[in-house]
Amino acid sequence: MMTDRGSLALLSLLLPAISFLILAIVAPLRRLGRPAAYLSILFAAGALVTAVLAWLTLAFIPVSIEWAWLPSHGVSLATVGVLADEDSTLMLILVTLVAFLVQLYSLEYLNDEPPVALGRYYTYQSLFAFSMMGLVLAPNLLQLFICWELVGLCSYLLIGFWYQKPEAARAAVKAFWTTKAGDVGLLIGIVLLWRVTGTFDLRELRGLVTSGVLPVDGLSLITLCIYLGAAGKSAQFPLHTWLPDAMEGPTPVSALIHAATMVTAGVYLLHRTVFLFPPDVLMVVVWIGAFTALLAAVLACVQDDIKRVLAYSTVSQLGYMMAAIGAGFSAVGFFHLLTHGLFKALLFLGAGAVIHAVHSNDLSHMGGLVKKMPQTALVFVIGTLSLAGIPLFGGFLSKEEILGATLAGHQIGPFVLLMIVAFLTAFYMFRVVFLAFFAVRATHASPLHVGAGAAMGPTHSSPGHEHAHAPHDPSPVMMLPLWVLALLSLGVGIYSTVVGRVLQFGPGAEGAAEHVAPSWLTPAAVGVAIAGIGLAWLVYQRRSIDAGKLAAAFGPIRTAALHKFWIDDIYERVLALALLTLSRMVGWLDRYLVDGVLNVVSAWTVSGGNVLRTVQTGRAQDYVYGVAVGLLILILWMRWALT
Amino acid sequence: MGLQAYLILAATVFCIGLFGVVTRRNTIGILLGIELMLNAVNINLVAFSHFNATATGLVFTLFTICITVSEAAIGLALVILLFRVRRTVMADHLDLLKG
Repeated sequence: MMTDRGSLALLSLLLPAISFLILAIVAPLRRLGRPAAYLSILFAAGALVTAVLAWLTLAFIPVSIEWAWLPSHGVSLATVGVLADEDSTLMLILVTLVAFLVQLYSLEYLNDEPPVALGRYYTYQSLFAFSMMGLVLAPNLLQLFICWELVGLCSYLLIGFWYQKPEAARAAVKAFWTTKAGDVGLLIGIVLLWRVTGTFDLRELRGLVTSGVLPVDGLSLITLCIYLGAAGKSAQFPLHTWLPDAMEGPTPVSALIHAATMVTAGVYLLHRTVFLFPPDVLMVVVWIGAFTALLAAVLACVQDDIKRVLAYSTVSQLGYMMAAIGAGFSAVGFFHLLTHGLFKALLFLGAGAVIHAVHSNDLSHMGGLVKKMPQTALVFVIGTLSLAGIPLFGGFLSKEEILGATLAGHQIGPFVLLMIVAFLTAFYMFRVVFLAFFAVRATHASPLHVGAGAAMGPTHSSPGHEHAHAPHDPSPVMMLPLWVLALLSLGVGIYSTVVGRVLQFGPGAEGAAEHVAPSWLTPAAVGVAIAGIGLAWLVYQRRSIDAGKLAAAFGPIRTAALHKFWIDDIYERVLALALLTLSRMVGWLDRYLVDGVLNVVSAWTVSGGNVLRTVQTGRAQDYVYGVAVGLLILILWMRWALT
Repeated sequence: MGLQAYLILAATVFCIGLFGVVTRRNTIGILLGIELMLNAVNINLVAFSHFNATATGLVFTLFTICITVSEAAIGLALVILLFRVRRTVMADHLDLLKG
């Protein structure tokens, strides 16, 4: 009977793999749709249970089960297996929990899909769960990288789930290539690190740091490369542009991959390897994190698409986590990762319920939904309060600790940026809450509205629906995941507010270095959040401040934000220019250099042949003459040269 | 007369034959040249046989004469066939192998 932590973690990892293999190989089962879904959900539930058991099985030293892989000279160059310690098992619970709830939720959300598509969806979901868990449990950087690429692949497949939609296919490709740009950096970083240290193993690397072998020269470049990979995956500026577009996928996919788990892989990677990072690289991390947080928060304020607001909010919160890691408190960033995973998945699934009921992503098509969907509204508000960082709710302590961490790390600039972000976060999230659930819709006739998302219309939600019935709360299958996540967010929030730090990080973790936050921090952080909520209430609920005038006050910033600060356009131009220039250069080289050499050689061959062919007269006598002369030369040569 | 005189005679006849083969335009003339070359070889064989006092060269000469006769028969047959097909026996017109 397997009871130790390593075996349980391994079992938990293998369950989704088995489910994926069954669904991938047994095609008839996959094509049935719903039975495939039940199988995948069952295995996900099993993975969740074993993950929780693995976490509960207390072990003070990390347990690992590894197999030799890539043998070289008697020792193995790399291993595969699981490394179960406090952080990885906690993350494992988050991954399996959200994966299980999302799979359950999708059963109802994707009800109208044909069985074949449903089976495909659950096959990808199982593969994603396995890949993400393999990433979390990876004992070395090589296995981590392989799983890292696998989750990227699943992200691509699931964003493009409705691949008949051109926007979805485009978004999938964009997400894949943008993260791939970062992944190249990660691969280079891992290989360079191996050249310096000779190992991929995380624990050996940590040992090298404690024994003083590391840091060595060039470590800054290596860690910067690793950070590049993390920045691509976790949508940090300037590689953040793919995440909002990734919202073309089904909403449960956004909740799982693009809010709770995959995009946090970058943060998790930095948390696992932060002991390698020299201070100058951490400085880059904290500034880019804070800047990304601010940029995305500003962008979130002008979006009309409920999922895009949440997507930018995710980018912003990832910036928060990165800032905490850059400030030297990676455990704090990891803590925010966990709480954020809970309430952001809740928000996405809540938004999905709204989209499912209204058949539109556009905020202007919603309004006053609190009466029609009271339960959804309640859980959505719980998630929003968590995100805003209100005491007794999930994100309160983790967010405040990040602010405290930047202060303790003497990062005053990022601290100021993050305080502004805290205000903006509360503002834009409550803008969504008021517009969608509380405010009365200005005009009922939606065609009159000319908004950013109106043109897309109902195609954004799962296709095939008709406006047959009024919006109402979803069925229990969809409500259950929402309530579980809401209660967990609340529970974590209440516990952390009352007790303080929730998570006991293992001995030796950076989080053990307690930082003392100044006493004014909590009131200040809560104050700006409440101010943000208040402003949103005044503008969108009471309408005592005209939204148009508010927008006009921020004229240029608003214009810039509506154009996503032209970052996408710049990329398009620069990439198009670079590609065209390169293509022209390569074309010239091919046409004139490669082809030129070939043409010259072939011309020489042809003319040489033309000269030589005249030797072949076809007359037998000439050949006899040649033979005779040749024989004569041979004889003379033998006579004089050889003697 | 010594051996050398026979060898000079043979070499002379051989060169005359070779000259005929290379320069004659008529195919029958070429065949005649070949006959001369073969007979130059025969002179050599007989001469060596005589001065070395062995019969091997003589036997070999008889053998060569037989071969030469058949070769002449085949060669003339070829020339006649060639004339039937190409209506000419001039060697410089027979250049189908020209590159």
